[in-house]
Amino acid sequence: MLAILDYEAGNQTSVRRALDFMGIPSRVTADPQVIARALGLIFPGVGAAGQAMRHLRLTGLDRLIADWVRQGRPLLGICVGCQILLEHSEENDTETLGIIPGRTRRFSPDLLDEDERKISIPHMGWNSLRRLRPSPLFAGIAPEAEFYFVHSYYVEPAPEYILATTLYGLEFCSVLGRDGLWAAQFHMEKSGPAGLAMLRNFYDYCLGAADAE
Amino acid sequence: MLSKRIIPCLDVRDGRLTKGVKFAGNADIGDPVEAARRYYAEGADEIVFYDITASHEKRGIFLEVVEKVASSIAIPFSVGGGVSGVREMRAVLNAGAEKVSVNSAAVRDPRIIAEGALAFGSQAVVLGMDVQAVPPDDSVPSGYEIVIEGGRRRTGLDALAWAREAVALGAGEICVNSIDADGTKEGYELTLTRLVAEAVPVPVIASGGAGSPRHMLEALTRGRASAALIASIVHYGEYSIPQLKAWLREHGCKVRL
Repeated sequence: MLAILDYEAGNQTSVRRALDFMGIPSRVTADPQVIARALGLIFPGVGAAGQAMRHLRLTGLDRLIADWVRQGRPLLGICVGCQILLEHSEENDTETLGIIPGRTRRFSPDLLDEDERKISIPHMGWNSLRRLRPSPLFAGIAPEAEFYFVHSYYVEPAPEYILATTLYGLEFCSVLGRDGLWAAQFHMEKSGPAGLAMLRNFYDYCLGAADAE
Repeated sequence: MLSKRIIPCLDVRDGRLTKGVKFAGNADIGDPVEAARRYYAEGADEIVFYDITASHEKRGIFLEVVEKVASSIAIPFSVGGGVSGVREMRAVLNAGAEKVSVNSAAVRDPRIIAEGALAFGSQAVVLGMDVQAVPPDDSVPSGYEIVIEGGRRRTGLDALAWAREAVALGAGEICVNSIDADGTKEGYELTLTRLVAEAVPVPVIASGGAGSPRHMLEALTRGRASAALIASIVHYGEYSIPQLKAWLREHGCKVRL
């Protein structure tokens, strides 16, 4: 079973629906005992970083996530759940979890697209990835596959964590991580077959990690 | 680089499609959930549902459809029709839609846009506008006037002024539907689409008039739209979404295959 962290930040149910769709067992929960039994933890997020962090601190879930990662257990962050793994977010000038070195920054409205026109913010729609490092998350997914993005902020992690980038006004990090600790800016639960394949790859990794223990 | 989006639009009344949808070599489908599944499998980038149920009591049937759709497809979809307040917005978003579209209700009371954006974020609030070409005057300097109630009532609002106001209030996207072009299959209203797209910083969806892939290409290039809404061109099996996308890509338009 995968635990989907319930912290009142939006898209838990759409992640659960996507997992249901593939027959992958999951629970939307904030209960530490349920989470402890999970093979992997999905950390979703829609909304503002400041509000999300306040809720995580208030409920102690910030420490739960930090402990989970320290124990080397598999974690997958999505969208705002990706951004707040870093140290700081420009959204509401928020100190975030600090699990990955780096910062979350706002798209500048002065950035230009390929037609030399100012970009619209948020970055919303389907965009592709440029893979910089191999990852089990990418297994079986065509290199030209596109994913669904909706965001006004982007992550700038330490370079060694960048797994893939995407072009929108600038080249920003769209998938980050290392073995067992991953996060993506786009909504894989809304990204069609390619996004579902990525969720399945995470689940397969979690099954393998559990077998290895 | 962002892809242009192709968005089939389905009209639903009392939980059924108002007109059937016909996929290549198949009979008409009247079930909106099945149609959504098929368009998802064909590679639609998003799907729009309009509830044109007349009676309030049957609203529950539509919400059940929304929930079933949400469990059947893994792409974003939006819902419009009959949404007149934050309560209805919450109901469709909780049922699993990503976005909710407001039209006449926002003209009557623009606060619905601000309240929706505050409660759910701008990305969840789409302004739908029905527009009619009129002789330009002081109140409608652009020559494009907002109409409501399916085009039956004029409002005296200028389309460009309304688009700017809606974005200032928090609308995250605008769907521009030309009443003049709607149903003609002679092409989108390109001047209108481009004027709105250049007036606001948010994505614009072109709607009304699609009869061929070339019309879509025009809306996405000359019309500067981020997305093209389509209905009869795909519903009656004339084109499939993969055919449309392949044609667009051959003609230099970036779409997701």
